[in-house]
Amino acid sequence: MSERIMAAAERVLETGVGLDEAGVLAVLRAPDEQLTPLLEVAHRVRMRWCGPEVEVEGIVSLKTGGCPEDCHFCSQSGLFASPVRAVWLDIPSLVEAAKQTAATGATEFCIVAAVRGPDARLMAQLRDGVAAIREAVDINIAASLGMLTQEQVDELVALGVHRYNHNLETARSHFPLVVSTHTWDERWDTLRMVRESGMEVCCGGILGLGETVEQRAEFAIQLQELDPHEVPLNFLNPRPGTPLAEQPVLAPKDALRAIAAFRLALPRTILRYAGGREITLGDLGTREGLLGGVNAVIVGNYLTTLGRPATADLELLADLKMPVKALSAAL
Amino acid sequence: MSFCDRCGGPVGEGDHTACLAARQLEPPRFCPHCRRRMKVQVLPAGWHATCVEHGTL
Ligand code: SF4
Ligand SMILES: [Zn+2]
Ligand SMILES: [Zn+2]
Repeated sequence: MSERIMAAAERVLETGVGLDEAGVLAVLRAPDEQLTPLLEVAHRVRMRWCGPEVEVEGIVSLKTGGCPEDCHFCSQSGLFASPVRAVWLDIPSLVEAAKQTAATGATEFCIVAAVRGPDARLMAQLRDGVAAIREAVDINIAASLGMLTQEQVDELVALGVHRYNHNLETARSHFPLVVSTHTWDERWDTLRMVRESGMEVCCGGILGLGETVEQRAEFAIQLQELDPHEVPLNFLNPRPGTPLAEQPVLAPKDALRAIAAFRLALPRTILRYAGGREITLGDLGTREGLLGGVNAVIVGNYLTTLGRPATADLELLADLKMPVKALSAAL
Repeated sequence: MSFCDRCGGPVGEGDHTACLAARQLEPPRFCPHCRRRMKVQVLPAGWHATCVEHGTL
């Protein structure tokens, strides 16, 4: 059995074609003693099919809290007794956030809003924000504003937003237990429009939402079918006041198994460490992930929680001899 | 300082050790003077927290 997994992983390395669902499941269920060899082959797959560069990104919340949706992991839903208050970021602070991001050497700056989808006010704020950032900072601008209409997709393209994030969050079969105010298929519709528009698709999710290991494999294969440019992997950081406040954090070894499994499912995708890595894997986890298939990081703080200092990640990348992807290479 | 800035509970009551540990990776949410929820903005390299009554922390 264990030799079969390693043989399948070696085939991914040779062909650049991701594992099937049974293969992903086998990696997610691999015994502890096989974890290190699996992370090693996932790393070789990443080096061969993506290269040594690491894509560095900063993110900021343009509109925080007060969201009408009920994603059970989210401290920004207005439907839970979360301590996160609704607040809008002003344009000077948005530009400051972009400058802080660029100062780390990052090539990506993602503007995020806690909404079901954008309204006219949000689109206007985004328009002004993008223009102000362009005046001040040289960086790729991405956005994450929930579900879009075709007109909004077209407007984002016209603004030069080069990548759009919209997470499927979890397996289709698990989604109704996590979100009741919209469906997985509605999210898929937005992703399809984004794809057709020519913007890069960024789509990942959160592990540790109470999904089974089988559903984790299902999710990896659904992402494989979508074939996004980037997959951000979050690990649940249980937030006070949310329905998942008492959900246990993923075991570190299961998180590492998932990293190897998602890389082996998605050999050519940018696989980004996003939220929850600090609390799930501790300081050493970032290193293990970067040597196990991860080739992108969010540096600095997240939307409502804090990350470790950007310098810690940058020093680690230097130590690992992994160059930060440069803007010219990213364009 | 009368209230825990993470959970909003009175500082003198209950155990806030877990709150203190969590605050390493979270900004404050409650005003320590009046326990109102603050407006908190997180930027990549910092955060601001403002109470309508007591101003910016
Ligand atoms: S749509 Fe986004 S901001 Fe709103 S509750 Fe869901 S995850 Fe949170
Ligand atoms: Zn407390
Ligand atoms: Zn106050």
